[in-house]
Amino acid sequence: MRLFGKLMAAAAMSVAFTLNPAQAQDDVKIALVVKALGIGFFEAANEGAKEAAEELGGVEIIYTGPTDTTAEGQIEVINSLIAQNVDAIAVSANDRDALVPTLKKAMQRGITVISWDSGVAPEGRQMHLNPSSNALIGEMCVKMAAEHLPEGGGDVAILSASATATNQNIWIEEMKKVLPNYPGVNIVATVYGDDLADKSYREAQGLIQSYPDLKAIIAPTSVGIVAAAQAVTDAGKAGEINVTGLGLPSEMAGHVKSGASKSFAIWNPIDLGYSATMIAYNLATEKATAEPGAEIPMGRIGSVKLDDNNEGAMAEPFVYDASNIDDFKDIF
Amino acid sequence: MSDTTARAIPDRLESRWTTWLKSWEMLLVGVVVFVFAVNAYASPYFLNAWNLSDATFNFTEKAMIAMAMALLIIAGEIDLSVAAIIALASTLMGLALQYGAGTPELVMIGLGVGLLCGAFNGLLVTGLGLPSIVVTIGTMSLFRGIAYIILGDKAFTGYPVDFAFFGQGYVWWVISFELVLFLFIALIFGVLLHATYFGRMVYAIGNNATGALFSGIRVARVKFILFLLTGLMSGVAAVCLTSRLGSTRPSIAFAWELEVVTMVVLGGVSILGGSGSIPGVVLAALIMGLVTFGFGLANVPGIVMSIFIGMLLIGVIAAPIVWRRLRGESAN
Repeated sequence: MRLFGKLMAAAAMSVAFTLNPAQAQDDVKIALVVKALGIGFFEAANEGAKEAAEELGGVEIIYTGPTDTTAEGQIEVINSLIAQNVDAIAVSANDRDALVPTLKKAMQRGITVISWDSGVAPEGRQMHLNPSSNALIGEMCVKMAAEHLPEGGGDVAILSASATATNQNIWIEEMKKVLPNYPGVNIVATVYGDDLADKSYREAQGLIQSYPDLKAIIAPTSVGIVAAAQAVTDAGKAGEINVTGLGLPSEMAGHVKSGASKSFAIWNPIDLGYSATMIAYNLATEKATAEPGAEIPMGRIGSVKLDDNNEGAMAEPFVYDASNIDDFKDIF
Repeated sequence: MSDTTARAIPDRLESRWTTWLKSWEMLLVGVVVFVFAVNAYASPYFLNAWNLSDATFNFTEKAMIAMAMALLIIAGEIDLSVAAIIALASTLMGLALQYGAGTPELVMIGLGVGLLCGAFNGLLVTGLGLPSIVVTIGTMSLFRGIAYIILGDKAFTGYPVDFAFFGQGYVWWVISFELVLFLFIALIFGVLLHATYFGRMVYAIGNNATGALFSGIRVARVKFILFLLTGLMSGVAAVCLTSRLGSTRPSIAFAWELEVVTMVVLGGVSILGGSGSIPGVVLAALIMGLVTFGFGLANVPGIVMSIFIGMLLIGVIAAPIVWRRLRGESAN
């Protein structure tokens, strides 16, 4: 009887060991789930995640995502990550709400869940990392315009998307808030190109003709900034009127080289992947807790302070100019 | 009367067992065993009741539609609007939710919209005599288009807590409601196709619709019923998927029609109509679910999964043809 009992115990233990082969290595497994594979922006985020893993040591990055940008595809991916007992999931969501039930299940099984870039509803994650904040974006736009104005300042116009675009309107409001700090910047007009290339181009042409002393155009939209830069180039005013705002390096590289745009900004995907990984690591290893008011360290980027919704902003937008555009234009 | 027959005349060329062993279904059983073994060998996380249970969610909803789609394709028709029916049914359920509908009403609306959409397809095909592939490509855009008009870039959320049972509930231990529902539906369709008069009519129509008509089969009515059933199953899938996601967006179930048709064809249903079986389609659904989950566990990028499914599909369609060619040539 006792022998039988011992044999049973031994059998049970051997089963337990074979079922948990991962015990041998105690690597912290962090999954970076993206909207879809094969997108330059996310591939760059993966580079950042790898950089963070190297810096931390003992971290395994699983970079994964569906083939198409669908919520259903992401759910399948997340289910298989839950099955693998990963320590943390950092997701850029295709759908704010549809991922919630699956991510809740992940959290119930003890997995740290954060969202970054594109957020998940609060009940489906521990915290969300925004690439930047509205205030930081607004200030950066004005700062970039001010930096390249001639001595004594000059006229600046804003080319936005549609008059009802929530994001753009908030950013323009934030720009106006910081204007007292930049006395040289004289905002003369705000026009709307509806995020259509041809309409934005015509609106930019109109600005150039109506304001002969125009020195800068701020376009906080990736469609508008390209159209404005093209309009400035076509009017022969490259170098005279500086186009700045938010744009994509791949689309803006030519205009930076021609001098139509001295600099523009957008979040840096490498930093974003790096920060998301750092946060996931710190939460999974219980070096930090996600709660309103908490400050969670993000390695070389600094730390993120969480608001009442457990959301935080990584940093001010990253500035791209002639010195670094070549490194990023092939990424996104 | 004396027995003068020299030898027994067999009523089939091969014994029941040989026929069964050489059948398509046996080949699929072999593939299931193979995929299962490879997964169990490759990943320590595969043989876990909860993980396998999670994996069933990858295919149950699509497989429910595949049951009805199998009958439709055997009868020589096709319905490519099934995913769009899910989108429309889910959107109208969400809309009803805004007006205070409870769980029973939501389910009724989901099933009702499915039936109505199926009836619409059926009327256009049987009433006007239009080819089903053209009609359902049209209604695919129509149904999803309506969903987009109602929702735009918004989402319906806040489904009742008890509504979550359909997509997230468990009947017993790890056996989910969706899995039980799917097995029940498979049983019903299996009996309907293989053991009823109606099932014989479906095969007859698929083999020779004109011949079936002259044999006294009301071809148009049978086809109409099949479109109704396909619509109804899409409605059932819409209820399950909406419940599982806990939200509705117009892009819900995007491109599922292709996966459903893939399941049916992989299951041995001739795309030209006239032959196929329900057990084959059930096995094909299982294979697709296991392969998706296994690749997910190995963190294989989704695109490799698509390539694999594509090759499997071409392989299973080509194999019998190549086999016949080879046998034909060796006989000459």
